[in-house]
Amino acid sequence: MSAQVTQVDETPAVTALRRKDLLGIADLSPQEISLILDTAEAMKEVGSRPIKKVPALRGKTVINLFYEASTRTRTSFEIAEKRLSADTLNIAVASSSVTKGETLADTAANLEAMNPDMIVLRHSSSGACHFLSRVCKSAIINAGDGMHEHPTQALLDAFTIRERKGQLAGLKVAIIGDLLHSRVLRSNIYLLTKMGANVWVCGPPTLIPTEVARFGVHPTSDVDAAVRDADVVMLLRIQLERMEGAYFPSLREYFNVFGMTEARLKGAKPDVMIMHPGPMNRGVEIASEVADGPYSVILDQVANGVAVRMAVLYLLAGGAEHEEAA
Amino acid sequence: MSVVMDAERISRTLTRIAHEIVERNKGVEDLALVGIRTRGVHIARRLARTLREITGHDIPTGSLDITLYRDDLMRHAVGPQPLVRRTEIPFSIDDKKILLVDDVLYTGRTTRAALDALIDFGRPKAIQLIVLVDRGHRELPIKADYVGKNLPTALEASVQVRLQETDGQDEVLLQGGAE
Repeated sequence: MSAQVTQVDETPAVTALRRKDLLGIADLSPQEISLILDTAEAMKEVGSRPIKKVPALRGKTVINLFYEASTRTRTSFEIAEKRLSADTLNIAVASSSVTKGETLADTAANLEAMNPDMIVLRHSSSGACHFLSRVCKSAIINAGDGMHEHPTQALLDAFTIRERKGQLAGLKVAIIGDLLHSRVLRSNIYLLTKMGANVWVCGPPTLIPTEVARFGVHPTSDVDAAVRDADVVMLLRIQLERMEGAYFPSLREYFNVFGMTEARLKGAKPDVMIMHPGPMNRGVEIASEVADGPYSVILDQVANGVAVRMAVLYLLAGGAEHEEAA
Repeated sequence: MSVVMDAERISRTLTRIAHEIVERNKGVEDLALVGIRTRGVHIARRLARTLREITGHDIPTGSLDITLYRDDLMRHAVGPQPLVRRTEIPFSIDDKKILLVDDVLYTGRTTRAALDALIDFGRPKAIQLIVLVDRGHRELPIKADYVGKNLPTALEASVQVRLQETDGQDEVLLQGGAE
């Protein structure tokens, strides 16, 4: 699969996403991933126009249903929906009837009764999107479910890498941080290994999921080995809110052993990219000098998130395979 | 299937259109070419080359993908979405005379989408339409300013423009339903 930055006339192997939902990266093929990334390139250009809006999803209704706090992802989805001319509404849990005891199934049934076309769901329970996809006619887009998957984050990471490096195959990608609680890690492992990248995952032994090596990655607690000759270093947030036990002695000690500093980065390739899905804990998983330094593409990731989500929304608006329409 | 234009005919036709452009616009000042993906882009680039040979001036040239503006995009309840490709217009179209280029003019719906897309990029002084083949059967009130060849066709016929850049060979083919 060639993954050039601009494919002008080449027709990709897969030209449509024939599925109802985007629940995770696990069930996407490499060709479908390439299609999403190629479409995102076209969508990125839309965001640079004087009028940053196209009529593609005119008349479609998208509900952003967020059961967990999120600024970046929710804003990114909302901008993406608006740039495609969809009608959007946001439901944040704190102000909804969920606080009055309504179940997810009942909330979904009530939202469906208003006939939306797509529901973007963020939920603290792994599998919430799969559940919703079974009970809803609407397309479900996973915006992060528990510790399971966060597919659009992995797609925007891949887009950002491909934009700089031309392709994903053959790159060494080191993912360092809280591996245990990270849905971003799971989606990224699926995506990067499917596309042929060489993935290293690194963190304290207590935060490395058991049997992670079965997913085709190299686990280690030696941060210098992970960073050595890396093309991409991706830092994951230490998720204190998901930690119920003591996984390491202190944040200061974590930083001393695993925190990404300029000195530690010297072992990586000279054109290494530093990535972080945000929000960052400066001085914990990443030093400010690195976060704001010349190798950092952290804000490019945020910018690219809009383009990637536009691509996903557009491609899913066609619906699943049945009823082939010309 | 019959060949209605061969490579030499296409080449001569594009040269003639280039001269018409210069004559009609009294030069090439403020002109810019925008080709509609995919084959319109290649025709636009060829016209830019010819215009440079004739006038010595470089004409800014861009490419436009109209997929996101199609009027049939959301008409079907369920169906795979058409492929979106990149639009690249690396210049301001404000106050320019835009020469919009497509290979075949048929229903006029592609041109309608292209006009809507262009207007989102700015406010051109004028838009003129160039097509290699006009096969008739318009469904919208749209007319080309420069036509390579008027080709009366039956509705069920198909007109295929093949170009060196995309198909390895220059020719225009008419298939089925001859006039």
